[in-house]
Amino acid sequence: MTMTSFSRRGFLKSGAALAAASVLPMGGAHAASNITIGAIYVGPRDDFGWNQSHAAAMDILRNVPGVTVIEEENVPETDAVARSMESMINLDGANLILATSFGYYNPFVLETAAKYPDVQLRHCAPLWNPDTDPKNAGSYFSYLNQAHFVNGVAAGLSSPTGKLGFVAAKPVQTVLSNCNSFLLGARSVNPNATVQVIFTGEWSMPVREAEATNALIDAGCDVVSCHVDSPKVVIETAEARGVKTCGHNADQRQLAPNGFITGAESKWSTTYKIYANALMNGEEVPNLIAGGYHNDMVMNTPFGAGATPEAIAAANAAIDGLKAGKPIYVGPLKDNKGNLVIQGEMDNYAPELEKMNYLLDGVMGSTT
Amino acid sequence: MSVISPTMRRRFRPDARIATIAEAILIPVGALIVAALVFSVFLLVLGKDPVRFFGLVWTGGAASAFSLQNTLQRAAPLILTGLAFAVPARIGLTLLGAEGALVLGGFTAAVTAIPMIQAGWSPWIGLPLVAGIAMSVGGVWVGLAGWLRHYRGVNETISSLLLTYIAIAIMNFLVEGVFRDPGSTNKASTMPLSADWRIGDIPGTSVHWGLVAGLILAALLWILMERTTFGFSARIAGGNLRAAQAQGLPVGRLAIASCAIAGACAGLAGFFEVVAVHGQANASLAAKYGFTGILVAFLARQNTLAVVPVACLFGALAASGGLVQRRMDMPDATMLVLQGIIFVTLLVSETFYGRLPFFRTSQSGDRT
Repeated sequence: MTMTSFSRRGFLKSGAALAAASVLPMGGAHAASNITIGAIYVGPRDDFGWNQSHAAAMDILRNVPGVTVIEEENVPETDAVARSMESMINLDGANLILATSFGYYNPFVLETAAKYPDVQLRHCAPLWNPDTDPKNAGSYFSYLNQAHFVNGVAAGLSSPTGKLGFVAAKPVQTVLSNCNSFLLGARSVNPNATVQVIFTGEWSMPVREAEATNALIDAGCDVVSCHVDSPKVVIETAEARGVKTCGHNADQRQLAPNGFITGAESKWSTTYKIYANALMNGEEVPNLIAGGYHNDMVMNTPFGAGATPEAIAAANAAIDGLKAGKPIYVGPLKDNKGNLVIQGEMDNYAPELEKMNYLLDGVMGSTT
Repeated sequence: MSVISPTMRRRFRPDARIATIAEAILIPVGALIVAALVFSVFLLVLGKDPVRFFGLVWTGGAASAFSLQNTLQRAAPLILTGLAFAVPARIGLTLLGAEGALVLGGFTAAVTAIPMIQAGWSPWIGLPLVAGIAMSVGGVWVGLAGWLRHYRGVNETISSLLLTYIAIAIMNFLVEGVFRDPGSTNKASTMPLSADWRIGDIPGTSVHWGLVAGLILAALLWILMERTTFGFSARIAGGNLRAAQAQGLPVGRLAIASCAIAGACAGLAGFFEVVAVHGQANASLAAKYGFTGILVAFLARQNTLAVVPVACLFGALAASGGLVQRRMDMPDATMLVLQGIIFVTLLVSETFYGRLPFFRTSQSGDRT
């Protein structure tokens, strides 16, 4: 397993970097020469999902003096991405490349980093290994499950029946963690809440996502959330059926004017500002930035019409709790096959959680 | 079209032959120029500068050593998948199965290489063997569509397209199941190949050896289709199936053999994607090279030698697509619009063969 393990110290460091970033004026007197930052997306920039979440952060960078932003969308996870990165470096003089899709890393980011040691490459997933991987490469990612926990809190108090639905892409750790956190959020305000999950098997499969949403609603779910690349289809399908929704990845409020509660979003602009500041000041660009609510790396979409006043109050309280380090996973917790999987309190960044391969008791569905 | 086509008749007269070649070159070039003009109008309507656009295509696709290599690298798989469409097209079969054969070929290459690596085999013995297996698997897969066509009367276009989806599903099923590398937690992949089993780049370039394989195959298949009794029979069957049957030609075997050759080309493309690009098999293998190959073969008018420059043209468009996005702030779909316009103008240009007075010789005016 190539995933980097985490320590509290690492988090304190990235927290300190964040504090420094908020103090330093962007593009101040110490600004170096102009810098160029390139972002590469696997899908369209306006997908209401993963790619849009990054493009929105790049739009914030675009307004920073001295920063030139270049972007490429719909770049597949083949050597096309290596060529795109090299093209940005050779033809546009990019100083930093942000490779935002999981499959870009190995071998493409690694090989490009080795070939261009003067250019910084950062990849959005916990894959960078400080012992073996190039020093000019690195990783950044967010613990989006914290925002899904808040989704769950708001959903639990906005759902009359307590039956929640979750359309999931693949049964991998990040998805399972988001689904389980959604359940625990709901259970924190409604102990009888359940989450029914349907896996589509693909990161982007609009037809099956619509079918899954309809199936969940037919099964009685009155709030639907999801973890797929672009939640647009899920949100719109549920809205059309008069069912409330919680978003994922990007701001989907406008897709569901009646039923939108809130959504889980990564706040990539925090990371991108740190990178831009470091480059402009001639400092080292951090290799690893990760975090959640405590260091401003995740956020929840502003509440929509579907959120009840109690839900809004409880969700805001949950956000304050997460900022203060209140744990999501508090044992004893069983998986939905009856095995005891979590004993005692888990830190929200505990490495054990990175190995999650189960659905908790209360989630109806199977990982296989 | 009669069995002895005017093209063949003209071969006996040198001036007529020159006229034929000139026609075969000038009509596609003319179609490209018309496509460029139509696309320029499209750009002008959008308020973009066509001169700047084609300048960027030149910069990104051919103007420097980097850009040229970028183009060739992207052309390499397209040559092989273009051949996979062109060969059966000569016998009148429209096959959309290259994508599936590529995926299955690449997948079998990845999983058959692993036990050989573990057994300590030399890559000099193992890699040709693995390439052979990948080609055989691709050949059988697409050959199946030819078999269904001949013996069961199943439309080969539909069956090969459906076989493509089945191939991708089989690959996903096995990659996420029995052949999954346990370390690939968030993107299921097979075990990675060791470094000595990876095929490197052509010395002095960043282009992998798949390009050379494509060039050799294009030449070999040209000899096969134009200079052997097999190719002659296949072309007769493609021109007039009844006439071919009346002559006692083994139409069924010819069809299945051409499909198998096509599948082998695509399987080889998959082999290079794994051993030269990815180093393992995963969902990224389905990068739509098989489908772009159809466009390439169409533009090359199913001539296997012409597939090479056309693949380079598409490689150049892909290579410069990123630059156009970055510099002109245009969406990724821009290049698709251009490709679509090229495709339509080429289809229209097909109707001009034998009809332009400029290319007519005294005896070829009967061509219809």
